[in-house]
Amino acid sequence: MNPVLKKTLVAAGLMAASASAYAGCGISAGNVNIIGNEFPAIQTIGAGAVACAGDGVEVKANLTKEHKDLQVPGLTGNPAEYTVAIVANSSIVPLMNDGLIRPLDDLIAKHGGNFNDKQKISIGGKTMAIGFMANAQHLVYRKDILEQAGIEAPTTYEEVLAAADVIKEKGLMKYPFGAAYAAGWGIAQEFNNMFLGFGGEFFKEGSAMPNINNEMGVNALNMMKSLTDHMNPDFLTLNNNEINAEWKAGNVALMQMWGSRAGPLLDGEGSAPGIADNTILAAPLTVGGGSIPATTLWWDGFTIAKNISDEDAEASYLAMVNAIDPSIMNAEVAKQAVWMIDGYEPTPASAGVFATINAGAKPYPMIPYESLLHTALGNELPDFFSGKESAEKTLADVEAAYETAAKEKGFL
Amino acid sequence: MLLFIFLPIISVVTQSLHIDHEQVFVEVENCDFFGCKKAMAVDTEATEQLRAEQPLGRFVGLDNYFNRSHLASSEIATAWKNSDSFGEFYDQVYNLPLYRAIIFTLVYTFTVTPLLIILGFLIAIGVNSLHRHLKGFVIFFSLLPMIVTPLVGSLILFWMIDSRGIIGSSLQHLFNDPNLSLKASTSLTWITLMVYGVWHSAPFAFVIFYAGLQTLPQDTLESAMIDGASRWERIRYVVIPHLMPLVTFVALIQLMDNFRVFEPIVGFNASAHATSLSSIIFSDLGGESRLLSSASTTSVLTILGVIVLLSPVLYRTWRDWERKV
Amino acid sequence: MTSTVVENKSFSLKLFTSVFIVFWLLIAAFPFFWTFWGSFKVELDFFSKENWMNAITGIRTFREHGEHFTGAGYEGAWIQEDFWKAVINTALVCLFVVCTSLTIGTLGAYALSRSGFRYAFWLLILALVFRAMPPITLVAGYLLPFFEWGLWGKLSTTVVVLVAINQPFTLWMLHSFFQKIPKELDESAMVDGCTNFQAFRYVILPVMWPGVITTGLFSFLLAYNDFAVTAMLLSKENQTMVPKIASFLGTTQTEGNVMFAVAAVVSAIVPLFFLVMFFQRQIVSGLTAGAVKG
Repeated sequence: MNPVLKKTLVAAGLMAASASAYAGCGISAGNVNIIGNEFPAIQTIGAGAVACAGDGVEVKANLTKEHKDLQVPGLTGNPAEYTVAIVANSSIVPLMNDGLIRPLDDLIAKHGGNFNDKQKISIGGKTMAIGFMANAQHLVYRKDILEQAGIEAPTTYEEVLAAADVIKEKGLMKYPFGAAYAAGWGIAQEFNNMFLGFGGEFFKEGSAMPNINNEMGVNALNMMKSLTDHMNPDFLTLNNNEINAEWKAGNVALMQMWGSRAGPLLDGEGSAPGIADNTILAAPLTVGGGSIPATTLWWDGFTIAKNISDEDAEASYLAMVNAIDPSIMNAEVAKQAVWMIDGYEPTPASAGVFATINAGAKPYPMIPYESLLHTALGNELPDFFSGKESAEKTLADVEAAYETAAKEKGFL
Repeated sequence: MLLFIFLPIISVVTQSLHIDHEQVFVEVENCDFFGCKKAMAVDTEATEQLRAEQPLGRFVGLDNYFNRSHLASSEIATAWKNSDSFGEFYDQVYNLPLYRAIIFTLVYTFTVTPLLIILGFLIAIGVNSLHRHLKGFVIFFSLLPMIVTPLVGSLILFWMIDSRGIIGSSLQHLFNDPNLSLKASTSLTWITLMVYGVWHSAPFAFVIFYAGLQTLPQDTLESAMIDGASRWERIRYVVIPHLMPLVTFVALIQLMDNFRVFEPIVGFNASAHATSLSSIIFSDLGGESRLLSSASTTSVLTILGVIVLLSPVLYRTWRDWERKV
Repeated sequence: MTSTVVENKSFSLKLFTSVFIVFWLLIAAFPFFWTFWGSFKVELDFFSKENWMNAITGIRTFREHGEHFTGAGYEGAWIQEDFWKAVINTALVCLFVVCTSLTIGTLGAYALSRSGFRYAFWLLILALVFRAMPPITLVAGYLLPFFEWGLWGKLSTTVVVLVAINQPFTLWMLHSFFQKIPKELDESAMVDGCTNFQAFRYVILPVMWPGVITTGLFSFLLAYNDFAVTAMLLSKENQTMVPKIASFLGTTQTEGNVMFAVAAVVSAIVPLFFLVMFFQRQIVSGLTAGAVKG
C-alpha cells in the first residue's frame, strides 16, 4: 500500500468520530460514478455515497429505470464510465457474463467495512457484490373480505382458487384475485414462480438446454390459467401498477405482490377507506402439494467495475461501504425496504418478505442464460392464455425461441 | 452527416451477419443471503480469449435471417409439408414471431394509412369551408392529437378505454354488452390500435392538405363551375388532381412511420395481442438479454420492407428526376 | 378566396360539414380536456376503478383535500421532483435541434435541388433509408461508442443524434420546397453580381421563409416528444421532460406517482398550445408556399 494513503487511512480511522473525516469517507482521491435502478431505497444508498464527495473526490449517481440497458455499455469502455453498478440477482448476470465487474475480496481485506458476512454475495468463491436489501413476491390478502366469506387465509394456490370461488359466490367481488400477468416480463416471472413451486428446474443439469416442456411446466400453466378465471379479463395487459391500483380501490381480495410495494399499501395513502387497515402481508403460496413456495427471492447489492483504475475502485468501494453503513438506519429509511443491514428493525411492511425467506423460497437463478429464457417465456406464453394454443405447444414454442436466442449468444 | 447515416447502417448489417462467441462454462457455487447453490457461469477469461481472436463474433452469413426468430425457412418448409389445408398452414406461420409481427404491421400500415389520408382530406375540406374567424380555432384543436407525446397520450387513453373508463363503459352501453373489453380480445385490440393510429396521424395529413387547398387554382375551379360541374365533380376533377403530389408525400411519410409502429403497442401494453417489427426489436434489446444480432437482423428486414413498400413512390420520383436531368 | 366557390352551398351540406367538424373536434380535443380536468383530482378519482363519473365529481379529492380540485400533482411534479430542470433541458435541446437541422437542411436541400447530378437523388434515397431504420436499433448501437468516447449523457450528444434522425425528413421537405422556386430566380441574382451564397442568403431564403418555419416546427415537435433517444442517451441531471414523466410512473417493484405524471403531461402540453397558436398561420402559409411534393 502506498504510504501516503496508509497514513490518510490511519488518520481517517482515528478521526472517525469527527465530522470532517466523515465527509471524505476516508477517500483520498478518485472518481465515483454510480448506475442503478430508481426507487427510494436505492436513492438513499446513492445519496449516502454522494455524501462522500469533496476534497478532489467526485461522486455522481445516475439512478434510472433504464439502468439495465445502460449498465453493460456503461461498464464496457476502458476506463469505464461507471465505477459502481447497483444490481439485483438478475442484472448482475450480464455484467458477470462479460467480465465487467471485479472481485471485491482484495478491497474487503484492505479496507474492511461495517457489514456482516451474509451480505457478501459470492460467485465461484469470489465476492462479487455486497448486498443490502431483499425483495420477494408474496401473498397479500384482505382480512375483512375473507372473514365475510368465512374462510381462512389461504396458504396454497389450490386454497386460493377455492377462496376465490366462495368470494365470487357470495357476491363480494367479481374478480377476487390479482397478479401482474401482463405479457412480457411480468407473466414470465409468474410462470417462473409457479414452475419453481411445482419443483421444476429451468435447465437440464450442467447445460444450457431448457427443461420446461414437462409435467411441471404444464401444471404451472394450467394452474395459472385457472387463476385467470378469477382475474380481471384484461389480465394480459395489467402490470404491477394497475394491479396495485385495483387493490387500493378495493376490487381485489387476494394478490401476489412485491414486498417492496407493501409500504404504500399499508400506510393507506391513496387507498379507498378501510382497505389499508385490512391489508395483511402473508407468506408466499405453495402449489401442487410442494413445500417450496411458488416465488423467488431477490437481493439488491453493489458491484465495482473492472475496467477502472485501482484508485477509482478504492474510492468507489469506500463510498459504497459508507452508503450501506448501519448508521444510515432510521425510521424513515427502515420503511423503504427490507434491509439486510445490521441494526435494521423489521417494519410491518417487511413481514411478507421475511415470511418468504423463512419459508425457504429459492432465489431467482443467477444463471448466464436465464434472462434469455425469461424473454422467450414473456413473448410466447400469452398465446396459451388467449386460448390459441395448448400448454405443450406453448412450452415447445418457448423452448424453440429460447434455443434460437441461446445459439445467437453462444450458449448452445 | 455521413458518420451518422452510413456508419450505423453498415454496423447494423455487419452485426446481423455475426453471432456471439461460444461461451465457455464453468460450474461454480453462488452464495447470497439465502444460501448457496451450484450453478453454471461463463468463464470470462477463456471467452475473452475467443473474443480477442475474432472481435466481431462468429461469422454466420445469412443464418440469422433464416432462423426461427426471423424468416424461419426450415419451420415454414415443415409447416408447408405437414399441413393439410391453407388454414392450418397459416396458423403455423402465424405462430412464428417475425411473421406474426409482419402480418400485424402490414394490416396496420394498409388500414391506417388510407384511412388517415381520407380523414385528413375530409377535415381539410370541412375546415376550408368554415368561416374565417372559426378557422384558427379549429385548426389549433385539430392539431392536438399529433403534437402530444405518444407515450403519454397512450397512458391516458389506455385508462379511458378500460372497461370502467369513460370510453370503455360508454361502448358497453352502446353495444349493450357489460362484458365488452377492448383489451381482452385480439381483434378488438387491433381495432383499438388502428383507431389510435388514425387519430394520432390524421392531423398531419390535414395540415398538409389544408395548405394545398389554399393554392387551388381559382380560375380552373370557376371555369369548372361555369361548365356546370357539380360540387362532387369539382372535387373529383379539380381538387383531388391538384392535391395528388401532396397525397404522395403524406403517403410516403406515413407508410414509413406506420410500418415502424411501436409506441402504441407499448403504451397500451398490447404485446399479448399485437406485435410489430419494431416491438420485437425492442423486446430483443430490452432488459438483460440484449440480442444485438437478432435486433440488427430484424432492423435490416424492416429497412428492406420499407424500401419495397416505397418503391412505387421512389420510382415516380426517379422518373421526375430523370426528366429534370 | 375559396368563399367565391362555396357561396352557393346548400343548407344540408353546410349542416353536414358543421356536424362533421364538431364531431372531429370532439374526438381530437376531448382527451385533452379530460386530462386537464383530471390533473386537478387525486389518483383514485381520475383513474377511478368504481365509476368514471368520479373523475368529474371528484368525491375522493374532496375527501382527501377538502376541495374538489387540488394542485397536489403540480406541486409534486414541479417542486418535489424539480420538473423545471427538465423543462430547461427540453428548451435547450429543442432550440439547438431546430437551429442545427434547419441550417444543415436549408443548405443541403438547396444544394441538392440545384444539383443536376444523379448522386443527389441517391443521397436523398439514402437519407430515406436511414429514416426507415427503427430508432431503437440506432440508439442501442450508439451507446457503446458514446460511452467509450465519453460523449454519453450530454445534451450536445443528444442534439446531434436527434438532428441526424430528423435530417432526412427535413431534407425531403425542404427539398420539395426549393424545387418549387424557379432556378431563374438565383440565376438572375447571380447576373446582378451576387455570389452563390449571397443569392441564397438574400434572394432565396426570404422566399423560402414560411417553408423553413414549417419544417422547423416539425423538427421542434420531434425533439420535444422524443422518448427513445432521450431516455437512453441522457444522464439523470440532463433529462428532458418526456423521460422525466416516464420516471414518475414507477418500476416493476416500486410504485410511482401517476398524478405527478398527469400534471407534468398537462404542463408539457401548455407550451405547445402557445407554439401552435403562434405558428398556426405560418404552418399553413408555409406549406402553401412550397406545396410539399413527393
